[in-house]
Amino acid sequence: MNDISQSIFELNHLDTLAEQNQWMNRRHPLVKLLLTLFYIILVVSFHKYDLMGLLAMMAYPLIVFNLSELSFRKSIYRLRYILPLVCIIGLVNPLFDKEMVLVMGLVLRGGIISMITLILKGIFTVLAVYLLIATTTIEKICGALRLLHMPKIMVTQIMLTYRYIFLLLREVERLTTSYQLRAPGQKGIHFKVWGSMVGMLLLRSIDRSEGVYNSMLLRGYDGNFNYVNRKMAMVQTDWIYLIFWLIILILLRIFPVIQLLSGFFLHLFG
Amino acid sequence: MHMADALASPAVAATMYVASGVAAAYSIKKLREEDNAKIIPTMGVMGAFVFATQMINFSIPGTGSSGHLCGGMLLSAILGPYAGFLTMISVLLIQCLLFADGGLMVLGCNIWNMAFYGCFLGTMLFWLPMMKNKASKVRILLASVLGCIITLQLGAFSVTLETLISGITELPFSFFVATMQPIHLAIGLVEGLITAAVLIFIYEARPEMLYGLNDADKKKSRFSVKQTLVTLFITTTLIGGGLSLVASGDPDGLEWSMEQVAGTSELEADGDIYESAGSVQETTSLLPDYSFKDSESPLGTTFSGIAGCLVVILLCVGGSTLVRKITRKPVNE
Repeated sequence: MNDISQSIFELNHLDTLAEQNQWMNRRHPLVKLLLTLFYIILVVSFHKYDLMGLLAMMAYPLIVFNLSELSFRKSIYRLRYILPLVCIIGLVNPLFDKEMVLVMGLVLRGGIISMITLILKGIFTVLAVYLLIATTTIEKICGALRLLHMPKIMVTQIMLTYRYIFLLLREVERLTTSYQLRAPGQKGIHFKVWGSMVGMLLLRSIDRSEGVYNSMLLRGYDGNFNYVNRKMAMVQTDWIYLIFWLIILILLRIFPVIQLLSGFFLHLFG
Repeated sequence: MHMADALASPAVAATMYVASGVAAAYSIKKLREEDNAKIIPTMGVMGAFVFATQMINFSIPGTGSSGHLCGGMLLSAILGPYAGFLTMISVLLIQCLLFADGGLMVLGCNIWNMAFYGCFLGTMLFWLPMMKNKASKVRILLASVLGCIITLQLGAFSVTLETLISGITELPFSFFVATMQPIHLAIGLVEGLITAAVLIFIYEARPEMLYGLNDADKKKSRFSVKQTLVTLFITTTLIGGGLSLVASGDPDGLEWSMEQVAGTSELEADGDIYESAGSVQETTSLLPDYSFKDSESPLGTTFSGIAGCLVVILLCVGGSTLVRKITRKPVNE
């Protein structure tokens, strides 16, 4: 099925990107995780009419995209899950909010401004998470979560799930492809085999997990994984990177940078 | 039903992180008490299983559309509510990080709306009570369908509340609820049927794998199917009655209920966080009243605004390209 092949491709692609040895990939995962969360909180905290303030927040994705040498075009595809719901909720705003607001010298209906800011917030936040995951492997994110004292059981669980996703997605792909080849022209799985098809896969998966557990025991598993190693230490560049962005993001949140710049242009040419 | 970061305010997101965090901490405590090391790899594989099978399209007879599996209910029916809940958290986190399906800041909301209701309420209210006395195909079907419908309804209602309290949408409460609930009623029914089909298969093939079935011989349950249905009926009537009361209030049900509770409707829509953030911005900005009112040419203002944006773009791209050039390691290093 196309959906599943696409997902496998996307996962492999992200894995490859995250394992590159770029400057951004070498930054400490905790720094990237915290900055991503901080950025998202700041973006979301903008008032619904503060379009100009929000626009200035594009600085973070712009700079990090360029530093990470990632393809902007490929990241756009990730918006497909989130944007429809955000757009539907945003699109009704112009109908209900008829207050007039002044933005960039234009008097516009408040609902239109709030719709645009909502969609922009949706785009910025999704891009921020993409920039995190495309430059940081899941193992490193798990290490960062351990540094934040997330319980071991949870972190182990996340890592195991991630590792098995590749395996099970391929299995589901094989299963659905062979089903489709035997049921041409049929959309989806017929209800008569809903239970048996997925049920068999489930039984096989649980058997597999027993095998995994046994092999883990044979390799000395005692309920613990070591996520944090010496490589996880913060270096000077990480500190500088963190402090740089904290300052820039706070400044962008507090000062209306684009309004100041446009005021400067107005003064220059006006 | 995955929420995006843009659909909640930081205050709402933080509250839901705390709520989900407490539920997760309780689940971890319960799992540690069980002291079953084997459960961890099983949880990992089951998480991946749910993730993968959610991509299978199940055709719905007579409609031409397709449905998906209900993860929370299936996981808890096999792993139990605690392990099921923790597994769902990892599935949601991976969906959010790798596929941008749900936001990182609102992960707490998503965990609550999908994992908490599905795993805890689905198991405690429907699965366990109905399986304790005697398991049968009909009981499994009933528990799965009812469980999926009710937990999805609660989840959809929570999405509505979280979005409205965050002040994101101008939609009236009653309209929003009237749109969200029926859609999720249909989804819940289909997801319940698919989940039931899988669970019935497991029941026939390896019944010992289903959670809570082994207790049947040990003790008689305090609940029966009849009692569960009566409880469900009363709960539904209470919630439904309460809801319609709120929803019919004019012109905005949430505003009305806020007025009843807090004596004011001021809290509604624009969350406090916006107000305080706005006032911080106002007091600290260099030109607080800079609204271009004195400008004689609005067109000029627009153009200078665009120019301002362009300068930001140029600065960001140019600056970062420079940094990239400087920091790039030589290829042959």
